[in-house]
Amino acid sequence: MMTTFIKAISATPGKPAGSSRATETAAKLIDTTTCIGCKACEVACQEWNNQQVTFGNFEGTYQTLPDLAHNFWNLIKFHETELDGQPLWLMSKYQCMHCVDPGCLKACPAPGAIVQYSNGIVDFNSDACIGCGYCMTGCPFDVPKLNPETKKVQKCTLCTDRVSVGLEPACIKACPTNCLSFGTREDLLRKAEDRVAVLKSDGFGTAGVYNPTGVGGTHVVYVLARADQPESYGLPKNPQIPWTVSIWKGPLKWLGNALLIGGILGTFLHYLRYGPQDPE
Amino acid sequence: MAATFGRGAMTNGWTDVANADVVLVMGGNPAENHPVGFRFVMEAKRVRKAKLVTIDPRFNRTAAVSDLYVPIRAGTDIAFLGGLIHYAITHDLFQREYMKLHTNASFLIKEGFSFSEGLFSGWDEDKKAYDKSSWNYELDGSGYAKVDPGLEHPRSVFQLMKQHYSRYTPETVASICGCSAAEFEKAASIICSTGKPDRQGTILYALGWTQHSHSVQLIHTAAIMGAWNALPGYLRSPRANQPTLAAYLNETTPRPLRPNSMNYWSNTPKFVVSLLKAYYGDQATRQNDFGYDFLPKVGETDNYSWGYIFDRMYAGEIDGMISFGMNPVANGPNTPKMLAAISKLKWMIVAECFETETAAFWKARELAEKYYASAPDASRINTEVFLLPAACFAEKDGAFVNSSRWAQWKNAALDPPGQAKRDQEIIARLFLKIRQLYEQEGGSAAQPLLSMAWNWQNPISPELSEVAREINGRDAAGKQVAGFGALADDGSTACGNWIYAGSFTEAGNMMARRGQEDPTGLGLYPNWAWNWPANRRILYNRASADAAGKPWDPSRAPLRWSGSSWSGDVADYKADAGPEAFGAFIMLPEGVAKLYATDFAEGPFPEHYEPVESPAENALHSNVSSNPAAKVFHTDRDPLGSAKDFPYIGTTYRLTEHFHYWTKNIAGTSELQPHFFVEVPEALAREKGIKNRDMVRVRSARGSVEGRAMVTRRMRGLQVGGKTVYQIGLPIHWGFIGRVTGPLVNNLSPSVLDPNSGTPEYKGFLVNIEKI
Repeated sequence: MMTTFIKAISATPGKPAGSSRATETAAKLIDTTTCIGCKACEVACQEWNNQQVTFGNFEGTYQTLPDLAHNFWNLIKFHETELDGQPLWLMSKYQCMHCVDPGCLKACPAPGAIVQYSNGIVDFNSDACIGCGYCMTGCPFDVPKLNPETKKVQKCTLCTDRVSVGLEPACIKACPTNCLSFGTREDLLRKAEDRVAVLKSDGFGTAGVYNPTGVGGTHVVYVLARADQPESYGLPKNPQIPWTVSIWKGPLKWLGNALLIGGILGTFLHYLRYGPQDPE
Repeated sequence: MAATFGRGAMTNGWTDVANADVVLVMGGNPAENHPVGFRFVMEAKRVRKAKLVTIDPRFNRTAAVSDLYVPIRAGTDIAFLGGLIHYAITHDLFQREYMKLHTNASFLIKEGFSFSEGLFSGWDEDKKAYDKSSWNYELDGSGYAKVDPGLEHPRSVFQLMKQHYSRYTPETVASICGCSAAEFEKAASIICSTGKPDRQGTILYALGWTQHSHSVQLIHTAAIMGAWNALPGYLRSPRANQPTLAAYLNETTPRPLRPNSMNYWSNTPKFVVSLLKAYYGDQATRQNDFGYDFLPKVGETDNYSWGYIFDRMYAGEIDGMISFGMNPVANGPNTPKMLAAISKLKWMIVAECFETETAAFWKARELAEKYYASAPDASRINTEVFLLPAACFAEKDGAFVNSSRWAQWKNAALDPPGQAKRDQEIIARLFLKIRQLYEQEGGSAAQPLLSMAWNWQNPISPELSEVAREINGRDAAGKQVAGFGALADDGSTACGNWIYAGSFTEAGNMMARRGQEDPTGLGLYPNWAWNWPANRRILYNRASADAAGKPWDPSRAPLRWSGSSWSGDVADYKADAGPEAFGAFIMLPEGVAKLYATDFAEGPFPEHYEPVESPAENALHSNVSSNPAAKVFHTDRDPLGSAKDFPYIGTTYRLTEHFHYWTKNIAGTSELQPHFFVEVPEALAREKGIKNRDMVRVRSARGSVEGRAMVTRRMRGLQVGGKTVYQIGLPIHWGFIGRVTGPLVNNLSPSVLDPNSGTPEYKGFLVNIEKI
């Protein structure tokens, strides 16, 4: 059983209660060097989250869909390339990275629509979501997707419903080759470094851990054989929260507040000056 | 495999693959088709730093995680393997001591055996078959094979093998398989690095994986009905020229070929009589040969394997078919012939949880005219089809036997919906009704049916646990036998399948065990479920030790001799006999593994022959290009194509996302791979003006399929005999029934059969491709 508290919450001033209490972190490790692209994690995710099934178009690859979708939160990306004249077929699971410094939460203007728990899971609360899509702009990994019918944005929850009762996420449970593991972020980062050391001693000089610092690190970390080119796996090389979001929610937050208060003040002054609007 | 080692099954479990240093994948794609078992390959890689080598026409999912991938032309595996034998012998990379002790390398072959220009001695051109008498061992006065322990005699198996494969040089292998000689040698150096006692290699291949998801009980219940011709448990079918039990046993029970051969099959009479007692109970007596007369007899030259059955059906010789748990219209090669064959039946019963292409064969033309235009029109088909709703696997209990040979008991998760019934109830109801008709009206061959024992608590729906108990067998006192050692040939014991004796004993259902102890540390888990035979986890484990019973590799020893007993796994050997007493391969009359096996129809050493449809002539012997003993049918629906009209090689395969023709009925798996597609090499696509996602048509001499092209650099052009040859990938899984539909790729494949197993040539045939 994992006790969690809310660590950060969207568009709400002040610190949430319990935010300073330390709890165990929750994280995923994806060792792409042992992924066989079997898609068991995709099926497990779809089943556990009771997603509506859609048959996509044929896109000329083994990949199920070209990109994540509001009803498809876990996608293995297949990428064909070459190394020294030999074919290379890279497969890697893609989903919400559960950033330590989540751009989506920063960008969200709806109070309580996005929360970050003390274990590091970043979760969306559909009831509070206003469907503005700012989180989509704020995410450097292009993860959140808008459901055009409900006008709510959806993404991987890192199975917070399972994790909070002591179970591993559905994708982890389904993985047949143990290329996915679940644990605390600290443990998994250590495990990842160990694996990279083995790969390097095995001749993969380019092996490395993907845990990008631009978003404060992530709760989904990767072992890549070609860490020098994460783009080959469909991962951005140096993800950053867009400067617009950072500035708007950071140093220029006062400006937004000032404009908001200015607007209200202006409306009030306008009323005093011109009185109520004549219906005619 | 059965001919070489004595049993046609996977020798070790998936869990044991984790102990390998080198894993060679050839003729299979385990990451794709056995992802769960493949975890142990990944474990070997992760923990032991094992090297994984994949040899396949396509750079597939297994290749994606391999240390080395070498492309190969479909249908040329034997050339590659022959090259490996040559490489190992010339580089002295094999374990000589093992070869002397545990194989027939030292056995002498009779004078007169030869091989030249693609033919072994004894070929009969008229019969299209070999007279194998010149292939036999040279015997001494007592009927034992002569040996030369030094392996130097020119007629020893070792010297003959060395000579036979001397032709398979890296350059020859390369020119046949289409890879480069350097690629071959790189693979060979890794694979042959296992020729030392402390290096272990494992070969994964698909042929050994045919045991999946057969519910033993269902096979047995069906066999009880006498509907099956083959006796279960690797017992041979009685033939017409074996009129009595004594004659049958005399011909099927082998005699030992070496003084130290345990020759376990000398127990055949015990297995056969116990089986007959299980079939016929009190009706099986010594006076009536235990009911041997009741068994159907097969004509001397009859063959009831797949292709032959449907060929006879097409000839109109078969009236009815009962199809359980399979989908012959989709599975079988040459769909146009399959559709035409089934339309000649008077009746067909299909028991399935979904409507299948077989049940709906009469709709094929209506549903997809462009693929099945030659199929008979529904208005002219007189076959009466009964589609019986059957329970799916989760709605039944029983045992699954996996490729590790574990019989794992499972419980039903839920009841079958609506009118659906479990298979054993469908079979029981059919049986009882037919028996009643025979009782009332008589008929030909009524006696076998009327004599059948049917002692189930609820005759109309036997419990699978009851059937499992019968398969295990019981002794004269009615107690469950502990193992096949307790079986007798005097009619005092009854046993439904000797290889499962020990699975359901007086101690209970061994298959339901879930103990997770692993005393050897090798992942054998002796208390998990039950492993046929005798709960033995690794077959031929005696061969893992030397002459004194000392393990070749003490760090990974499944078995060792303590001086008075064997410890580790259940010995594949006499439990209390010393290491010198018997040969390590107890199922074979030789007592050792056969590097040279007269059991095969096309020769005692594997030889490279081109597929019947091939773009190249045989580089070793152009006069005998394809397997002279291969079975080719000659009906109007069995055309073969030539490289002039069909210049490319079509090869079929399975995808991880789907299970046969089943999961196209399931939304969740169909979502992962909804569309049929055709994998086209980049260079060929450029030549043909085909772009990724373009619609293409692939044709063979049998039929055509259409789908979107997946243009890929994972398939490359191969240099075969000086010209570039392209292969085209054709995943199976689609058909004209289901949540998602597409063409049956067997519309393209020919009904050409391997002469030994009757397996069709799905993997390499000729096609052409065009953009549409």
